[in-house]
Amino acid sequence: MSTTATEAKSRKAPAGERVADWADGRLGIYSLAKANMRKIFPDHWSFMLGEVALYSFIIIILTGVYLTLFFHPSMNEIEYHGSYVPMQGIRMTEAYASTLDISFDVRGGLLIRQIHHWAALIFLAAMFVHMMRVFFTGAFRKPRELNWLFGFLLFVLGMFTGFTGYSLPDDLLSGTGVRFTQGAILATPIVGTYISMFLFGGEFPGHDMVARFYSIHILLLPGIMLGLVVAHLILVFYHKHTQFGGPGKTEKNVVGMPLLPVYMAKAGGFFFLVFGVIAMIAAMFTINPVWALGPYRPDQVSTGAQPDWYMGFAEGLIRVMPGWEINFAGHTLVLGVFIPLVIFGVMLGAIAVYPFIESWITGDKREHHILDRPRNAPTRTALGVAWVTAYVLMLVGGGNDIFATHFHLSINAITWFVRIAYFVGPVLAFVVTRRICLGLQRRDKEKVLHGRESGIIKRLPHGEFVEIHEPLDAETRYKLVSHEQYEPAELGPEVDENGVKRKIKRSEKLRAKLNKGYYGEGNQIPKPTAEEYREITSGHGHH
Amino acid sequence: MSTQEIPEENLPSGQGETAHGAVKVAEDPFADPGLPAHKPRIQDIDERAAKRSERTVALLFTVSMLSTIGFIASFVIFPINHIVYIWPFGHISSLNFSLGMTLGLALFCIGAGAVHWARTLMSDVETAQERHPIEATPEVKTKVMEDFREGAAESQLGRRKLIRNTMFGALAMVPLSGVVLLRELGPLPEDKLRHTLWARGKMLINQNTNEPLRPEDVAVGSLTFAIPEGLEESDHNFNTEIAKAALMIVRLQPGDIKDKQELEWSHEGIVAYSKICTHVGCPISLYEQQTHHVLCPCHQSTFDLADGARVIFGPAGHALPQLRIGVNDEGYLEALGDFEEPVGPAFWERG
Amino acid sequence: MKKLSARRRHPLAAVVVLLLALAATGGLYAAFAPADKAQAEETAQSLAIEEGKKLYTVGCASCHGTGGQGTSDGPSLVGVGSAAVDFQVGTGRMPAMQPGAQVPKKPKVYSQAEIDQLAAYIASLGAGPITPTKEQYDPAGADIANGGELFRTNCAQCHNFTGEGGALTDGKYAPSLEGVSSKHIYEAMQTGPQNMPSFPDSTMPEQQKRDIIAYIEAVNGDETPTPGGFGLGGLGPVSEGLFGWIFGLGSLVAVAVWVAAHTAKAKKS
Repeated sequence: MSTTATEAKSRKAPAGERVADWADGRLGIYSLAKANMRKIFPDHWSFMLGEVALYSFIIIILTGVYLTLFFHPSMNEIEYHGSYVPMQGIRMTEAYASTLDISFDVRGGLLIRQIHHWAALIFLAAMFVHMMRVFFTGAFRKPRELNWLFGFLLFVLGMFTGFTGYSLPDDLLSGTGVRFTQGAILATPIVGTYISMFLFGGEFPGHDMVARFYSIHILLLPGIMLGLVVAHLILVFYHKHTQFGGPGKTEKNVVGMPLLPVYMAKAGGFFFLVFGVIAMIAAMFTINPVWALGPYRPDQVSTGAQPDWYMGFAEGLIRVMPGWEINFAGHTLVLGVFIPLVIFGVMLGAIAVYPFIESWITGDKREHHILDRPRNAPTRTALGVAWVTAYVLMLVGGGNDIFATHFHLSINAITWFVRIAYFVGPVLAFVVTRRICLGLQRRDKEKVLHGRESGIIKRLPHGEFVEIHEPLDAETRYKLVSHEQYEPAELGPEVDENGVKRKIKRSEKLRAKLNKGYYGEGNQIPKPTAEEYREITSGHGHH
Repeated sequence: MSTQEIPEENLPSGQGETAHGAVKVAEDPFADPGLPAHKPRIQDIDERAAKRSERTVALLFTVSMLSTIGFIASFVIFPINHIVYIWPFGHISSLNFSLGMTLGLALFCIGAGAVHWARTLMSDVETAQERHPIEATPEVKTKVMEDFREGAAESQLGRRKLIRNTMFGALAMVPLSGVVLLRELGPLPEDKLRHTLWARGKMLINQNTNEPLRPEDVAVGSLTFAIPEGLEESDHNFNTEIAKAALMIVRLQPGDIKDKQELEWSHEGIVAYSKICTHVGCPISLYEQQTHHVLCPCHQSTFDLADGARVIFGPAGHALPQLRIGVNDEGYLEALGDFEEPVGPAFWERG
Repeated sequence: MKKLSARRRHPLAAVVVLLLALAATGGLYAAFAPADKAQAEETAQSLAIEEGKKLYTVGCASCHGTGGQGTSDGPSLVGVGSAAVDFQVGTGRMPAMQPGAQVPKKPKVYSQAEIDQLAAYIASLGAGPITPTKEQYDPAGADIANGGELFRTNCAQCHNFTGEGGALTDGKYAPSLEGVSSKHIYEAMQTGPQNMPSFPDSTMPEQQKRDIIAYIEAVNGDETPTPGGFGLGGLGPVSEGLFGWIFGLGSLVAVAVWVAAHTAKAKKS
């Protein structure tokens, strides 16, 4: 309507607001900001593990772009004449030579290379612990199952991005790893040789590997990952963050501090902190000194040939597997390599499907925003610890030669230990963890009903010594009793109301059985009731 | 920041004593006592402490600026190949160290400043925000389903089966073009994995000296690596060929050789085995001259070279292929043919 | 000069001149006629053998037999050569202390002079690799890059890229080459101690051994630079992974705890 009025207004508005107005007219930023600017985020250090992963991912992208400016993804062979003396005159691929140049002839190149590689190790480690946090607190439950899958995919893609990345310099260590991958591909029944020929453009190592890995490493995988990261973050915003239970915290609210300003400052600041710490690590500690490794040649090798840590459990699987091979009808089934490949997939796949299995077992269709304390989900926690045990054992198996030399053990003994422990260890871990969880549940119950042991010993008039138990304050008490406990599921009567024998599906039986395993008698400690509490507190002060 | 002594009168009175849920607790001992009341920080009530925080933040940001200047200075000052001894890191590049430390400090101080600011000066009042169920209300759902049905009906997709089926067919087939294109990624395997450069009459060239080997050069207990005559390091396909042809030569006392065929294929106790592990293809060559075992450094497959190189430990599935050798007229070691079986890792078509 | 001419008539002058002349001729002789050197040293040599035999009888015979023929506790030493003795005893591996998968390196028990005598005695039992001279193993001026290439072909599979050592079967190991003298590395290649295979001159000429020693010195010496910072033992991804987890992620978690922690509240006293 009145143009003069708007003009007058815009003349008055400060520049920032005018820019915002302009953007709002085109992007609708005000509506977005209305919902998100003061969005509440709960504070807990373990909620920042994902941020560590996110920030190291950003650092990797920044440093990676820089590295592409100097790296030559080519397997053309040249004679090296750069400044690293022990390699002068040696034949090597341009990929390796350019990595030496980045390390010795580009000012700051070594630092960026080391930041890139350290950040990659920390990225994967942060994703790992972030996933563990989400797992052990049950944050993967509805509505977050899809985000769990996104995270899972990020971890797996991260592993392969890392693998294709450290293979690029074409040094003797990474080349050995690529050779291992090629051997593993060959072991795939029926299509193995074809995949190998297609991936390497012919026989190993050929002349295409580095260029192909390069486009996978800098374009294909990080592209997908970037998309997943964005989707992951959008869902975190959309679902709002989970929170630990406690006074004032319910399934219907989220308690914390607003995005603007506190979280902006904390999360933004944390990016700089992560970058700063990684930069300092890269200043002080060598990583992957490719110059010491030499260029890759398929007829050379060094002892202590390991992949980066995130591939270590695959390395362990392949090391401890017995050499089974079946020959039949002119074909070879290389079980010694193929079984570890399958277990590799199964172990990772188990993480991906767990939320769906658990929700099937519990039959719980509600949304969950309050996190479980790991002790209050003993079976889940025990399963998680069992998985981690198997994973760590395989890491030990993957580093068996280093462990052998540094602990003066026999490689063969370590290998046998891992072979057996891989089956025994997780079971033991499961049992022990569950017992610990139940013990902690009992202790919580005890604390709620009888109060906290104060450490003060009192002598009663008749000479008896007792320890004074201080009752918990309402807040602590609430924290210990506010968690939900499932009733074990029942199969229902065997006959229906007409007296006809009801058909119970086998899957239903299995489900009821598993459910009992999770929540049945002896698998969780019933939490104290208000009646119990009243009875004890009103009766006698202590005991 | 530890709690500090602060003047009594600065504390807000009566706060933190009662929470809004206190009454309820009396009835139900396990009732939610509600969000604890906000307790002030020192900086909230003591302006001097707040000023201190402000100065700390500003100092951190200033250190960051100085560090960035230090970064630029280091970049200019230190020669790229300058090595300096710094305890406890050892002899390290002064450029890498100074660049990394200054960059790290510059970044860290920005972060530390921002976080300190957020922690001590920005409001730390915890507030609760409502969550809304993710699921749509039944009304919304009904509306959407209705819209969808309407749209689907208008498209006539369900009614005109011919269109539907041919469209699905077309969409399913078009990606095949992409798959077909991938065929050009590499050649077919054919029998490439079955052959190496070794052939009858090719001399065994010592990889160290590039000279043909004589039997008398190879001592008992020694380890030598050989490549086939004619293969040069500068060859275009050197790596691909050596990946299959790499050969390891050891000499045993003929009496120590347990396997009959091994003895037959050897020459005066000199045996030649493929250096490529039959597990996944690492160059296996950790030869123990007393036990005659050879170990793979990658996955610890162990082979007994005195017994047909059979597997005695580890994940390899079959013995190392042996190359049949003899001596030519000039007294040099030569191959008496190619390997009789494929070298390297097993594969489906190996048989 | 005046002082010197004044003593020309001294009764002992003749003796001094004679000695000088002898030394000069001996030196020249030694320099120009190495073929006949052995003969000239024969008496010294046989004396050394004699002394070596005494040492051997006391310290070695219980395992290796009175004549070096070997027993169930130790291999025959006939034909192992003086280089093997110099290596085994010079690195303290012999005399062995206790049975195990492998005889480890220890502080040496014998002085270099005694080792030479022992070596002379063992060498007299049968021909074998001879203790190398300094010209043979001195890495000065050798081709480091070529040595690296040879090292990666022949040595790295057991001793790791830069000679940090590695594991073998059943508790045996390839020891670290850090701080091992050039002479001992040369002798190890020559003789193949314990389970190490030998790399005789017929397949790996002297010059190549020198190149290898030069490479080891360049990448695993006291002064070897690790430009990127502390080397974490040069063991590759295992130590890097452990470090990344413990110190890398550990310090970031510590930072996260600080970021997320509640700021200290004002306390009402």
